[in-house]
Amino acid sequence: MTQPAANCPNCGAKILFRWSSSVQTVCEYCKSILVRTDVDLKKVGQVADLPPNSSPIQIGTEGVYNHHPFVAVGRIIYEYDQGTWNEWHLVMNNGSAWLSDAQDNYVVTFAAPGRKLPQSAKVSEQFVWDNEAYTVSTITKANYRGVEGELPFQYWDKADVVFIDLMSEHGKFATLDYSDEAPVLYLGESVEFEDLKLKNLRTFEGW
Amino acid sequence: MSTGGPNPPSTPHVKAMNCPGCGAALSLRSFTQAVTVVCDSCHSILDAQDPQLKILQRFQKATGEDPPLIPLGSRGKIRGTLYEAVGFQRRTIQVEGIAYSWHEYVIFNPYKGFRYLTEYNGHWNDTATLRALPTLTPYAGQVSVAYLGENYRHFQTAQASTTFVLGEFPWQVRVGEANEVTDYISPPRVLSSERSGNEVTWSMGEYIAGRDIWKTFALPGDPPAPTGVYENQPSPFTSDTKTIWTIFGAFAIFLLLMMLGFSSFARDEQAFQGAYTFDTSARGEASFVTDPFELKGRTSTFELSTTTNVDNNWIYLNYALINQDTGQAYDFGREVSYYHGYDSDGSWTEGSRSDSVAIPSVPPGTYFLRVEPESDSGHGTIHYEITTKRDVPQFSFFGIALLALLVPAALITWRSMNFEHLRWAESDHAPMESITGGDSDGDDD
Repeated sequence: MTQPAANCPNCGAKILFRWSSSVQTVCEYCKSILVRTDVDLKKVGQVADLPPNSSPIQIGTEGVYNHHPFVAVGRIIYEYDQGTWNEWHLVMNNGSAWLSDAQDNYVVTFAAPGRKLPQSAKVSEQFVWDNEAYTVSTITKANYRGVEGELPFQYWDKADVVFIDLMSEHGKFATLDYSDEAPVLYLGESVEFEDLKLKNLRTFEGW
Repeated sequence: MSTGGPNPPSTPHVKAMNCPGCGAALSLRSFTQAVTVVCDSCHSILDAQDPQLKILQRFQKATGEDPPLIPLGSRGKIRGTLYEAVGFQRRTIQVEGIAYSWHEYVIFNPYKGFRYLTEYNGHWNDTATLRALPTLTPYAGQVSVAYLGENYRHFQTAQASTTFVLGEFPWQVRVGEANEVTDYISPPRVLSSERSGNEVTWSMGEYIAGRDIWKTFALPGDPPAPTGVYENQPSPFTSDTKTIWTIFGAFAIFLLLMMLGFSSFARDEQAFQGAYTFDTSARGEASFVTDPFELKGRTSTFELSTTTNVDNNWIYLNYALINQDTGQAYDFGREVSYYHGYDSDGSWTEGSRSDSVAIPSVPPGTYFLRVEPESDSGHGTIHYEITTKRDVPQFSFFGIALLALLVPAALITWRSMNFEHLRWAESDHAPMESITGGDSDGDDD
C-alpha cells in the first residue's frame, strides 16, 4: 500500500495517508479538514473539539473480519438523544467497510449501492435486499459531531441526519443513511467484540 | 502514527463530579457510555451526557429505599468477562391489584458494553440485548416467538414501571415511567420485548443460580433463597422424566421378550391327575399318598390345581410334593371354599370351587404327592380332583416388575407436571384446574 505524503495547507504539518484511496483526512495538529484534489490538499473546514467518547477503538486499531484483516483509519461521530456513537472507517485488503460502535454494540457494514431504496420508512416496516428480509427497528435523528482521520468520501459540515436501522431474523443488519439527498444503504451484521480480534485498543483506567 | 500528534488519544478514566442537586460527589463508572446517572445521596436523576449534569428528575419521596444486593462498583466475571455493577433499578408490575417487583442491575465492561442481571424472589437471570430479530409465530394454539430455531411460548405481558433507581443507565431512565414488557419462555431462557413509544427492544435472559452471582461478585453471606417457581427456571425433572421413561421403555421391551421366550420354551405338560372322595363323617386317618409320577425336563414350575364340588362348604388340603429319590418335600396347604345365598341385596357368592397354586423351581425327578384333607365333620362327602402340570409359564412376575418400574416413572412425571403447573400459574395462561386436585395453597405466596 502506497503512503503518499503531503503537507497540511493550513499549518504545514506532514500528512500521511494510511490508505491511498482516502478522499478526506483531518490534520492531527490543527484539526483542519483536508480534501484531496488531483494535485493538492485543500482545506475545506475545521473540526471542533470532538465530544468525549469512550469507544475502545481508535485510529490504528487492527482486527479481522471474515478472515480479512482491517485497520481503522477514520471515523465520523454522531450525537443523538442517547449520547454519541462512532462510525469507524475500516480499510481492508478488499476495500472499505464501516464498524459502528454504539455503547459497545458493534456492527460491521459495507456500502451496498444499486439496490432499490425507500425515501422514508416506519418502524416495523419490512424491506428485502439480497434475499434477506429486514425489519425497521429504530429511526434515529442524529447530529453530525465531527470527523477524524481518513474517509473514502467528503464528509463534513453536516447538520441533522436521519438513520434508519433494520434487523433481520438471522442477525443481519442494514442502515439507510439519509445524510445526502439520495439515501445510501449499508448492509452487514452484528458482531461480537471477541470475534473481531482487535489489537491496539484504547486502555481504560482501572481496567 | 497518531502518537506523533499533539493530542494522542486519552485514556478514559472514571470521572468525578458533583451532583447539581445536593453537591455530593459522584462518579461515572461507565465513562461516557451512560446516558443517565442517579445521585447516591439525593436520588436526583441526572443527564450523564451533559457536562453540567442537568437534573432530569428530582428525587421522588414515594420511591423508598431499596438497597441493591450487589453494591454498585462491585466487579465480577460473567461468561468470562469482567463486569462492574454500575446501575440498579426496581421495576413493578400490577397484576389483579397486587404489585410485583423485580430488580435489574446494569453491569458494564468498557469493551463489551452493558449487560443486565435481574432478580425476582431470589431467582436470577443474566440478560443481554438481542442481535437478531425474533419472529412471531402461532405455535400450539398460542402466541409464541421463534429465535435462532427455538420456540418461546408467551408467558406474560404487563406494564412495568420504574419505581426506584440508583447509579448509571445506558438509556434515559425516569422514576414512574412505564413500558410494556412481554416475556416468552423456553427454560432456562426467556425472551423479553420492551416497547417504548413505537420502538421495541428485545433481550434474552438465561437463568443463573444466586450462589454463582454471590461467588463471582464475592458478596458476603448467602443469596436470598428462591421462593416459588420462576417463569424460566429450568425444571429439575425434565431430564429425569425423559430418562426414566426411556429406562421404563427399555425394560418393558426386555420383559416382553423374556415373557415371549419363557412361554415358547415352557413345556406346559400334564404330570399327574387323580379324583378322590373325602367322607367328612369318617373317623381315622384321612391322609394318603398318590402313585409316583415323573417330572421331566429342566428345573421349572410345578402347578397343582384342585377342583371340588364344595357347596356352602369348605375343604382344606395339606399337600406335600415329595421326591421319591432324595426325600426332598415341598409342603403347602390350600383351602377351597364356596358359599352362596340370598339377602336383601339379592344373590351373593363367596369363594370358588377350584384353586390353583404354582411352586417355582422344582428339579426333575420321580415324585409323589401326600394329601391330607380336612373339613368340618358332618359336611357329607366332598369330591375333589387333583391335576398337576409341569413347566407352566408364569407371567405374574413380569407384571410386578413392570409395575415396580412404573411407580418411579409416574412419580417423577407427576412432580414434573406439578412444577410446570406452578410455573404457569404465575403467567397470563394460568391453568383453570389444579392438577393436585384441590385448591392449591403454599408455594405461591
